[in-house]
Amino acid sequence: MKTRLFALLPALLLSSHLVQADATLLNVSYDVMRDFYKDYNPAFQKYWKGKTGEKVVVQQSHGGSSPQARSVIEGLQADVVTMNQHSDIDAIAERGKQLPTNWATRLPNNASPFTSLQVLIVRKGNPKGIKDWNDLTRPGVNVVIPNPKTAGNGRYTYLAAWGYALKQPGGNEQKAREFVAALFRNVPVLDTGGRGATTTFMQRNIGDVLVTFENEAEMIAREFGRGRFEVVYPSISIEAELPVSVVDKVVDKKGTRKQAEEYLKYLWSPEGQTVAAQNYLRPRDKAVFAKYAKQFPSVKLFTVNDLGGWKAIGQKHFNDRAIYDQIAAANAKKK
Amino acid sequence: MSTKPRRSGITDETPWVKWLLTGTALTFIGLFLLVPLVSVFAEALNKGWELYLAALVDDDALSAIKLTLVTAAIAIPLNLTFGVAAAWAIAKFDFKGKSLLVTLIDLPFSVSPVVAGLVYVLLFGSHGWFGPWLEENDIKIIFAVPGIVLATLFVTFPFVARELIPLMEAQGSDEEQAAMVLGASGWQTFWRVTLPNIKWGLLYGVILANARAMGEFGAVSVVSGHIRGMTNTIPLHVEILYNEYNFVGAFACASILALLALVTLALKSWVEWKAERDTEAARAAANAE
Repeated sequence: MKTRLFALLPALLLSSHLVQADATLLNVSYDVMRDFYKDYNPAFQKYWKGKTGEKVVVQQSHGGSSPQARSVIEGLQADVVTMNQHSDIDAIAERGKQLPTNWATRLPNNASPFTSLQVLIVRKGNPKGIKDWNDLTRPGVNVVIPNPKTAGNGRYTYLAAWGYALKQPGGNEQKAREFVAALFRNVPVLDTGGRGATTTFMQRNIGDVLVTFENEAEMIAREFGRGRFEVVYPSISIEAELPVSVVDKVVDKKGTRKQAEEYLKYLWSPEGQTVAAQNYLRPRDKAVFAKYAKQFPSVKLFTVNDLGGWKAIGQKHFNDRAIYDQIAAANAKKK
Repeated sequence: MSTKPRRSGITDETPWVKWLLTGTALTFIGLFLLVPLVSVFAEALNKGWELYLAALVDDDALSAIKLTLVTAAIAIPLNLTFGVAAAWAIAKFDFKGKSLLVTLIDLPFSVSPVVAGLVYVLLFGSHGWFGPWLEENDIKIIFAVPGIVLATLFVTFPFVARELIPLMEAQGSDEEQAAMVLGASGWQTFWRVTLPNIKWGLLYGVILANARAMGEFGAVSVVSGHIRGMTNTIPLHVEILYNEYNFVGAFACASILALLALVTLALKSWVEWKAERDTEAARAAANAE
């Protein structure tokens, strides 16, 4: 028994073909980006091989955005990080000192090659008649949102609802707070990440509405079939910037700066932008956007900077004992 | 069923109590063990054998299986050596700090696996105690295979020792003393006297430790870095596939873990049966003398 196991080991060791690569990049990314990079990485490899004759292998690591950033800070050797909120890369710059704090200015569009936005996903036929954010606060409507404390996805939803309430006639901070509190009273489960929330809604059939990224809605359609749900675009939503950066400390040590920088720049190329559009991420490139305009209904959008930027938002809303915690505590008492 | 209740020796409860208790136990086992187990295989084979097999020979799946086996192949022999040494010391000798050692061996049982993983991040992470030194010398521990092995070692630490200590204590040190008096060296005593006495307990401990090593999720998840095809063990790979909506793949890999559990169970029963037969044979031999 034992000898057989040991005879098997070398066979297994050999079976994983060791790809002879000139350079290896590690892309540390968040949960729902795996589909995009599955398509993008081969496109980049082809481009790089054609340009330099060099073979580059891209390894992927996926998980919740913030825990992934945490791992990079603790030494995960990421050549590039591709996250869903600026605050995660800021954390790597501030706590890990692995890249300069002005990283977002090194690439165009605030270092975000594409964007997404929060949409409402409802069950087929929209039985609860959900049309906009205010429908989510009605009693008897169950909303599935990932936890804003752990998921960028959940934060964007929180901020979208906050911004919507502010922009209503007579809207002010107090009203926004009440509105968001009422919304989160309707949340039966807080998953830790975006994918978990989707599984709760689609697989476990919990809730009337799932609030998530527009591109995640397309993934749901591909996996679960288009007939099972509908996408509702609210009257106004938040633009989610999905920032990328090279991790300077790692690429300088590994000598992969050239490849890593080109890997990110290529995201802005027509090819990269097309892969993004095909994965329902809104491209920055006007021509590519026009070509795929049909799948991107125009929605009134506001940005994170309209609400004061991530730093101020973190202090005001998401830090310990800030507004989100206060709302959660008050809601727990009411239940 | 006979109409007259046949009462089995020890208790004289009425039959309906007996059946109620047995029925409750069986229903419980069925609901909480068998149904989930069956569902794993049902989901895995949901779309046919071909997809099931394809999911298992996928590059990333193979690398996860490989890493899991390599990790167990390193962690288990180390824990076996340590476990025997610790149990030997504790059961056969008296020394100061013995109870402290026993408590320390039990520590991994009482610490949450996630904390166990974090301990290694705190030690070997970039901001940990040894992090800067490791980075200077370009040694990778966490987010690489050594970290995964360390975390696995930690969580499987007590299994072998815990299994052996009561056994060795019960056996006492009479036989060893006799061997020594007859002129056997320390090694000879160990190989010829102690080891044959503890072999079944030892095997039992190894089987349990192995099952835990291959199935560990929490501690390994913290130190892995989740690099596809590099630092994912089977349990981590299952989670990733599940998050990718690749349910067939996820459950196919999960079925490997379930199969492993079943094999472990069978081995465990076999070891128990063997050990029992051995003691009975020894007793019979002793009586015959």
